[in-house]
Parts: sequence; C-alpha cells; structure tokens
Amino acid sequence: MMQKLEPLRADFPALSRTVRGGKPLIYLDNASTTQRPTSVVDAVSRYYTHYNSNIHRAVYEVAEEATEAYESARDVLARMVGVGDRRELVFVRGTTEAINLVASSWGRANVSEGDIIVTTEYEHHSNIVPWQLLAEERGARVEYVGVDDDGVLDLGDLGRFLDTGRVRMVAFSMVSNVLGTISDTARIVSMSKKAGARVLVDGAQAVPHMPVDIPSIGCDFFAFSGHKMLGPTGIGALWARRDLLEGMAPFHGGGDMIREVKKEGSTWNDLPYKFEAGTPDIAGAIGLGEAARYLAGVGLGSVRRHEEEITAHALDLLAGVPGLVVYGPRDPARQGGVISFNFADVHPHDVAQIMDSEGLAVRSGHHCAQVLMDRLGVAATTRASFYLYNTDAEAEALVASLKKVAGIFKV
Amino acid sequence: MSADIYHEMIVDYSRNPLNFGRLEDPHATFHDSNPLCGDSIGIDLRVEDGSVSGITFHGKGCAICMACSSVLTEMAKGKTVEEVRRIGKDDVLGELGLEHLQAVRIKCALLSLKVLKSALYGYIAEKGGDTGSLKEDAAGLY
Repeated sequence: MMQKLEPLRADFPALSRTVRGGKPLIYLDNASTTQRPTSVVDAVSRYYTHYNSNIHRAVYEVAEEATEAYESARDVLARMVGVGDRRELVFVRGTTEAINLVASSWGRANVSEGDIIVTTEYEHHSNIVPWQLLAEERGARVEYVGVDDDGVLDLGDLGRFLDTGRVRMVAFSMVSNVLGTISDTARIVSMSKKAGARVLVDGAQAVPHMPVDIPSIGCDFFAFSGHKMLGPTGIGALWARRDLLEGMAPFHGGGDMIREVKKEGSTWNDLPYKFEAGTPDIAGAIGLGEAARYLAGVGLGSVRRHEEEITAHALDLLAGVPGLVVYGPRDPARQGGVISFNFADVHPHDVAQIMDSEGLAVRSGHHCAQVLMDRLGVAATTRASFYLYNTDAEAEALVASLKKVAGIFKV
Repeated sequence: MSADIYHEMIVDYSRNPLNFGRLEDPHATFHDSNPLCGDSIGIDLRVEDGSVSGITFHGKGCAICMACSSVLTEMAKGKTVEEVRRIGKDDVLGELGLEHLQAVRIKCALLSLKVLKSALYGYIAEKGGDTGSLKEDAAGLY
C-alpha cells in the first residue's frame, strides 16, 4: 500500500540506531516529541558555528545574518500555517508558554469575578492549569466540556456553558494528545464566537500532522510547539489577531520588547517583539523554520494521508487482540495518528517496559491529561503515536509485542 | 535490564499482592503517589509493644510497585520499630532481584518504602519520640 514516505527515514539518523542489545529502534512516541531530520540539526549547528551572534541590534555582518535567519524562520513558519501578517506570529518556548502568555496578558485584563473559562476534559495540563491559575486570581471559574465514550467532545456542554452569557474564553485542542480525536473546530469556534467568547486553539497535535490554515479557523489565539513538528525543543509559536496583541499588556518585561525605557516608565516595541523579551532561542527558531521548510516540502496533506493509513492498519490489528481496550474514536478519519490503550489488567508501565525490550518506544502514564484519565476511569494508558517516518511494519511490531506482554503476564 | 525483570514472583505478586487491604484502627496511615506515573500507595500500620503487629497496603500501581509493596510489608511484619526504620532500598530491591532496576522505574519500586518511612515518622512524632533522620530518609529514597 503506502510507504511512499519511507525514503524519508534516511533523513532521520536516530531511526537507524538500535536499542536494548541490537533491536532496531521503533519510535512511536511522536505525540510527545518527534525525531529531527539532519537538515534541522544542521541548521541549528550552522548558526552556532558560522554566524553565532545576537539579533536585532548589532551592526556587524554576522549579526545581520543571524537576524535575517531568525526573521526568515518566522516567515517560513508563517507561510506553513497560512499566516499572512508576520507581526501576528510570536516566538515562544512552546505551546505551554503560549497559553500562559494569553492567560496572563489577555486573561488578567479581560476575565473578572463570576466569569467562566471553558476548556475540555481531554485537554493537556498546559491548557488547564494556566486557566485554573487565572480563574483563582480573578474569582472566575473553569468549566469542562465533557468527552463521550467515543472520545468526542459533547458540544451540548459547550452550549449550556455559553448560554450563561458569562463565558469569556473557550480553550481547546484541535487534536487530543491522548485519544487522537480531531475536534469539531469549526463548530466550536462558531458557537463560541456567536456567544461573544474569545477562542484559543491548542494546535500542538495538529500543526505537525495535517494542513492547518490558522486565519481561516476564525479563532483569536492559536498555539503550537516546534519539537512536535521535527523542530528543536524550547521553541514554539503563538498566533493572535493583531488587534488583540496590540491591546494586550506585555507578558515578560526586558530587553528587545521595549521602545523606550525611562525612570518613570516604559513604552513597548512593535509586534511581535513586544512579546519576545530577552534574547530568544535564536538557534531554536532557525531550526523550527527549517522544520517547517521540511514539512512543507513533504506536504502536510501527504503526512496526514500517511498517518491515516498507518492508524487504520494499527487499529485493524489491535481490534483482533483479546483483552485490549482502545480509547477514543477508533476511526482513522476522525483521529490523528494517536492510539491509547490498556491491555487486560497489565499496568501501562509494565506494557511499555516489555515493549521497550522489543525496541519499541511507546509512552505510558497519564500523558499530562489527568482530567481525561479520571473521565476514562483509569490511572494511565499506553500510547503509541505515529508520524511521517513510521511504517506499517512498525505498527505490526507494536501489535506483535503485545504477545510478549500476554506471555509474561499470562493474559 | 528490560523485560527480564518480570520474573514469576513479580508477576504473581502483581496479581495476588500480599498484605493488600486496609487495617481496622491503624496507629498510623500514610499515603503518597508518584505524580509522573500515577502509582498511588497507602500503608496502614499497627504497633504493639514496640513491634509492627499489623501492616497492610492499598492503592494501585504497576507490577514492580505492587510486588515491592508486597515484599516490604511482609518484611516489616513482626519487626521492631527500630528494625523497620533501618530497612533500606537495597533490602527491598534485593528481595526481588531488582538491584539493577533502571532509574526511571526506581520510584515504582521504592514508593511503598517511602510511604512506610513516612507512616513511621508520623507514628513516632505523634508519640513524641525521636524520629531521627526518618523524614530525610524517606525524602532521599529517589
């Protein structure tokens, strides 16, 4: 069938290493972080070895090169996600920092006592805790859109919350990091906007895996991370509408984000620099730009099709394993390349450890989604998550390794 | 270190843990969890005439956690408070042949020991006794 993308594997040196005494590494923890292609590593390395310098101010040649590389990384990234106005794309450390920025800079000025912030039961902690902190500070409360037994958001809940007229913010993930569920983003945005709420979309599990055109979503804020899309760790981006960013107070104060600093007070730099205080992760941004270039070269549509096929194959095989419970939609058309499961009464840590002995890197635990674990009534799950370089054979190895688990635990 | 750790005894204890449940009228109870993995263990303790006359554990955890909790509670039963406070991590790991357990799983193996030391600390402190380094011992396990 597919495997058209298999030649890409050569771009990822880590994929050809062995683990645990000679087993080929089968990397299935892409929802956590992805591997990096040589081109990304080289771009980071080239900055440090050839034009290492700070950006934006110095007049010498290498500083000019660094500034140019940093800013063109922003442009490449903006193009990949459909952003036409580069001032609306702020480099941050990652999705977590992006959401904290919004909760702090926008939230403190716009959320008051008795207001409601809506998130969902399948959010990552990074899209729950910043809102809880804000709610506590402002005397507001956080409400959670429920998840049904197929791992799909119950938008009836959203409607009921919006009907109170007190919802200021609706924050949700475009794709669940545990269940893989693809949210009905268009409907959530239109319901929320109609009710006068602001909308933040957590795109950490979407941008790396499918075509995303941020402005056409109609949301107010959109956050994503570099390391989940072949880029370096410690770099990501926040997109927000320009009028919102202009009206918001700075998040961090310091160098680069100011226009003028006087004893009496300061004025702020233009967008996006107003939100990029201090020397940023220059190498990281350059690496992220290279990752965006790489993904654009492959085509996000191809990435999505590849993952859909491999997920379909894995779900088919897993359906034939007695004692296996798969959470979420179990429908490749309605989910990303993420499959969470439990196997009989074997604890996910034990499942993951036995899989590790077969060279499989899968994740076990609560995946930073304890609210969802409570909803599912489990302490943890095992999660396999695919990316463009995974193969059908690797999905088969995942399923085959369950036999070893069954043997050891006499399932 | 990989799947070899899952020998018969560990698998058996994970299915049929020893001393699993709650005690009536415990003299000390303590509960703790590992935030990253969700293992969650509580220990109930009864002490009579300076010795552990009853000990059970409850909660949930992986096979390593359940097996270690089983052997630890078995080990502590009948021992004097002084003897129990001296139980160290090597005693628990050695009992199950887990001396070379990888770092990321150590917390699964030693959670119950941490809980036991904390329960003992609570018991001794309440009696006004000398808790010595129990608190630091518990915190320093992993």
